[in-house]
Amino acid sequence: MSEPVTRKLMLFFPTCECEKPIIYHLVKDYDLLVNVFRAKVTPKEEGYLVLDVTGMEANIDRALDYLRTFNITINDTGKGLTWDEKRCCHCGHCVAFCPTGALKIPDPATREVTFDGEACIECLACIRVCPYGACVSTF
Amino acid sequence: MKTYAEINAKIELGDAVVMTADEIMDYVDRKGIDAVAEEVDVVTTATFGPMCSSGCVLNFGHSQPKIRMTEAWIADVPAYTGLAAVDVYLGATQLRHADPANMDYPGEFRYGGGHVIEDLIAGKTLQLFALSYGTDEYPRREIRTYFTIHDLNQAIMVNPRNCYQNYNVAINDSDRMLHTYMGQLEPNRRNANYCSAGQLSPLLNDPLYETIGIGTRVWLAGAQGHVYAEGTQHAGGCERTEGGVPMEGAGTLALTGDMKEMRPEFVRGASFKGYGVSLAVGVGIPIPILNADVLRRTCVRDSEIMAPVVDYSHDYPEKTGRVMTRVSYAQLRTGEIEVEGQPVRVGSLSSYHKALEIANLLADEIRRGDFLVSEPLRKLPRDVAMLPLDIRPEPS
Repeated sequence: MSEPVTRKLMLFFPTCECEKPIIYHLVKDYDLLVNVFRAKVTPKEEGYLVLDVTGMEANIDRALDYLRTFNITINDTGKGLTWDEKRCCHCGHCVAFCPTGALKIPDPATREVTFDGEACIECLACIRVCPYGACVSTF
Repeated sequence: MKTYAEINAKIELGDAVVMTADEIMDYVDRKGIDAVAEEVDVVTTATFGPMCSSGCVLNFGHSQPKIRMTEAWIADVPAYTGLAAVDVYLGATQLRHADPANMDYPGEFRYGGGHVIEDLIAGKTLQLFALSYGTDEYPRREIRTYFTIHDLNQAIMVNPRNCYQNYNVAINDSDRMLHTYMGQLEPNRRNANYCSAGQLSPLLNDPLYETIGIGTRVWLAGAQGHVYAEGTQHAGGCERTEGGVPMEGAGTLALTGDMKEMRPEFVRGASFKGYGVSLAVGVGIPIPILNADVLRRTCVRDSEIMAPVVDYSHDYPEKTGRVMTRVSYAQLRTGEIEVEGQPVRVGSLSSYHKALEIANLLADEIRRGDFLVSEPLRKLPRDVAMLPLDIRPEPS
């Protein structure tokens, strides 16, 4: 038997799908642990949801198939927040504000800033402090 | 001992030995100061960070019929027109027309003068709108057109103050959040921000202004520019360490260069929430190794450069002069300093990564024979202090 795995997903709901209890089904029908980082779901409008799902690989795949039966766009790179490497000036101002170390300076010699999307919890602190607009939220 | 002419002769032959200020320290430790002073011709220094006192002079050429612009906006950002007919000066911190600024505190300041300068250098098309009262020889009273930097006769960066020799570490000793040009400062000393390239920064590698002076050729965002004056607020007569390194702001440089030769990745518009807009500029300056003393000073390390920690909630705005403590750049770069026994997270506004890139680009240009060193026409003053602005109730 394999171990449970965690996958980060970003879901985009068009207007018509916003009122369905999708998370409930992910938990109940597919036995997934759901950890929502950030959500913007307004009835009669578009919605976004960034979440971790933890469970058996096969169950996650079945859950994704279930999600695809709706008119939902699934982005399994999971990025509701993007870091534009070209726009980044590598000053490191954000690093002191990033609570998980997703933005960090791994090599003290080059002092280059790197971004690890897996570690990002989308608190958006970087967006507030970056003078150059290098971090952008999808929603 | 070497002269400027001897060093330039080697550069022109492609024989110059060039190292960055980042590399030279360990090299001198290994080989000894006298041997390296003989061997190395130039040490390159650099910095990249927000420098608010930056801007540019633009000349649009004449329309038909002609206009003498009295008010002008580029991409809705006002430019100063108190010059000849179609000359304007655009400053980095100029806000866009109708920006709500801090009316909804803290303001976002998404676009302004610094961003216009970045867009110009990136070759983007921008709108010019200008008004005039009309004169006999300049009858046009309004113009709206679109242009790129290539359409301009001149686009010359003129920065009255760049390359601060050293700078404050900003901290917040109050219980409310501060939004400053030194970034976001959380209450109760929860974080601190600094802004210097430290051991790589031009004036920290020439602390006594022996080779960097008025007329020095510099690498300004990729163009070959010059130091045209001492920078505004230049205060060479500050407190220094035994090695001559300033303990506070100290020297500054006024720089100019042709924007048509600049590279957009080294000129970046910046938005500081609650403060305003600015421009981050990349500058590289070569230090000719004239003798062992000049070389020794380029070997300065972050651990030997001290910056004052200043409270931006009270002491900076009220100009009390209080320094909470002094910390070295080596400590700052660890990401944590100690202030009165309390650990404080530290971030930087100056990019050491970009500064290193610039120091290496400049070193390559010198090695290729494309960038010569220049003897200053005049030295920067060592004895001046910064004057305050006294508020006088009546003329006297």
